[in-house]
Amino acid sequence: MIRDIDLMIVGGGPAGLMAALAAAEAAPEGAKILLCERDEALGGQLVKQTHKFFGSEKQHAGERGIFIGRGLSDAVHAEAKIEVMTDATVLGLYEDGIVTVLNDDKHLKFRPRKLIVATGASEKFLAFPGNDLPGIYGAGAVQTLMNVSGVKPAERVVMVGAGNIGLIVSYQLLQAGVDVACVVEAAPKIGGYLVHASKLARSGVPIRTGWTVKEAFGDQELEGVVLIRLDENFQPIEGTEETVYCDTLCLAVGLSPLAELLYQADCAMTYVRELSGAVPVVDEDLMTSVSGIYVCGDVSGIEEASSAMVEGRLAGFAAAKALGWNADLAQAEIEKAREELNELRSGPTGARIRAGIAKVQERREGSC
Amino acid sequence: MLSQNGIPTAEDLQQVMPSEERLNKGPVAIAECFQCIPCNPCSTACPVHAITVQPDINQTPVIDWDRCIGCRQCVAACPGLAIFVVDMAYRPDMATVTIPFEFLPVPEKGMKAQGLSRAGAPLGWFEVVEARQARGNNLTWLVTLAVPKDLAMEVRNIKAGGYRNE
Amino acid sequence: MRIEQHPILSFDRGEKVTFVFNGRPVEGYTNETIAAALHAAGIRTLSHSPELDRPRGLFCAIGNCSSCRMTVDGEPNVRICVTKVREGMTVEEQSGKGVVKP
Repeated sequence: MIRDIDLMIVGGGPAGLMAALAAAEAAPEGAKILLCERDEALGGQLVKQTHKFFGSEKQHAGERGIFIGRGLSDAVHAEAKIEVMTDATVLGLYEDGIVTVLNDDKHLKFRPRKLIVATGASEKFLAFPGNDLPGIYGAGAVQTLMNVSGVKPAERVVMVGAGNIGLIVSYQLLQAGVDVACVVEAAPKIGGYLVHASKLARSGVPIRTGWTVKEAFGDQELEGVVLIRLDENFQPIEGTEETVYCDTLCLAVGLSPLAELLYQADCAMTYVRELSGAVPVVDEDLMTSVSGIYVCGDVSGIEEASSAMVEGRLAGFAAAKALGWNADLAQAEIEKAREELNELRSGPTGARIRAGIAKVQERREGSC
Repeated sequence: MLSQNGIPTAEDLQQVMPSEERLNKGPVAIAECFQCIPCNPCSTACPVHAITVQPDINQTPVIDWDRCIGCRQCVAACPGLAIFVVDMAYRPDMATVTIPFEFLPVPEKGMKAQGLSRAGAPLGWFEVVEARQARGNNLTWLVTLAVPKDLAMEVRNIKAGGYRNE
Repeated sequence: MRIEQHPILSFDRGEKVTFVFNGRPVEGYTNETIAAALHAAGIRTLSHSPELDRPRGLFCAIGNCSSCRMTVDGEPNVRICVTKVREGMTVEEQSGKGVVKP
């Protein structure tokens, strides 16, 4: 049986939740909006963000991510126009517009008029000898064990990467009673917000820019790592090796957009370094090259969660407008969301994102 | 250097310090926020509108120290835990420093706690004159230490668990 | 080890249950994933690589990477980082790609 619905949203993280709420705001009574989330609960990675978010009040600044996630999840569950399906993995997007979903060991089929893909991202890996030893994790994995399950994931950690994730997870490790030996960062400067770096520094955690992991060692599990200094061309300097004993190494070396569904749907994709991988070519409404398929959040380029939420609103209202739902409201909200995104991205820390988005626009115009 | 190790330099700090005259008048907020990031909760939290983040949220905060009453709302609100309140008028030889704190256990009033520098170096044991949780669902604690005046601009953290009764 | 007190979080672990990991009993809670319960018990080697027999653990903990696949109640290739603990379940290291029982 194929179920016809108006709008399907894939992913219940910050972007997908906001997209669902936005679309519902514009939707008439009786509209069918379905939100599919592969996990058993909504919230995406907000469920483990114990720090207060940045941005302005419009993006819940000053609130902790975990509470923002709960608030949005509750609002989505309370909204009668949104049907929530958890434990629901979207498997395929077919040429005839059919979307297949695995839910409770059942294979379900839907035919949505519009689709919003908000699948997020996955953690990147790093190549070095010994990198397959148990005890080497993505920083987000350790964050999940610690903040979702309440398990102390390590005794002593070396963190690789001084972007926001590396800095934030290091601080959260300290809060869970874990010793953080150091944060190493290959680049000559800290990539994340300096206020996060200063919190670690005054807790006595050294941040070592211009260093990387040469190798990891251990008999059956991780016992330590050899660090090495890098020159200005990111080449290791022989003789600078230093051994640090630790039971856990966390990799916070960036995220990649989880874009498999977009490839399946044959959306035009383009590699943009500044957006951390292959991203869909989108228009100003966040619609991909395939009419009716929209994106928001990290799948359209890696950025902060506050921007993902605003992108979610933009995509939700854009899909609503395309469905003919309350066009005046939708258009006004789309414009507000664009302004908010411009504001969030307008400072020096947004330069990379701006450059990335400009490249996507160039490629879109080039293909027209 | 701040961008390499997270530790602000004396030059960085000079840009965000109130005048000596203002410091001597009583409690005042100091925002050790040096990077333009999109963020403004300090400004919206201030009950006397002493903090502005203008013309857009990517600017660093500017505090009008004549207006600031040292109420510590901004200390609790700052997502970066980068604002401190210093009271140089506490006692003739002693100042207080209020530090945002998010570790357990929390030191109690009357205990001595180990104060740390911006680089995490121990600076001594200082009396906890107040420890209270910020309002609402914020969960940040505001811990105030009494420190010798010459350390008021040095003590910026408390060693988690580094407390003793005296 | 489990976190007993946390400055921001409280944990609703659910009911205590016992499951079987490679023939030995391990305690877990119903709101925990198998991965979390094993880590709490100090177990983080979950499998061995099919060719070089090198020990393997998990990597992402959110169901993306498939580094944590094990055989659960006879079903191979279960991502234990997104599968909750149940009373009496058997969790075993699988060899190679695993075998689907008839």
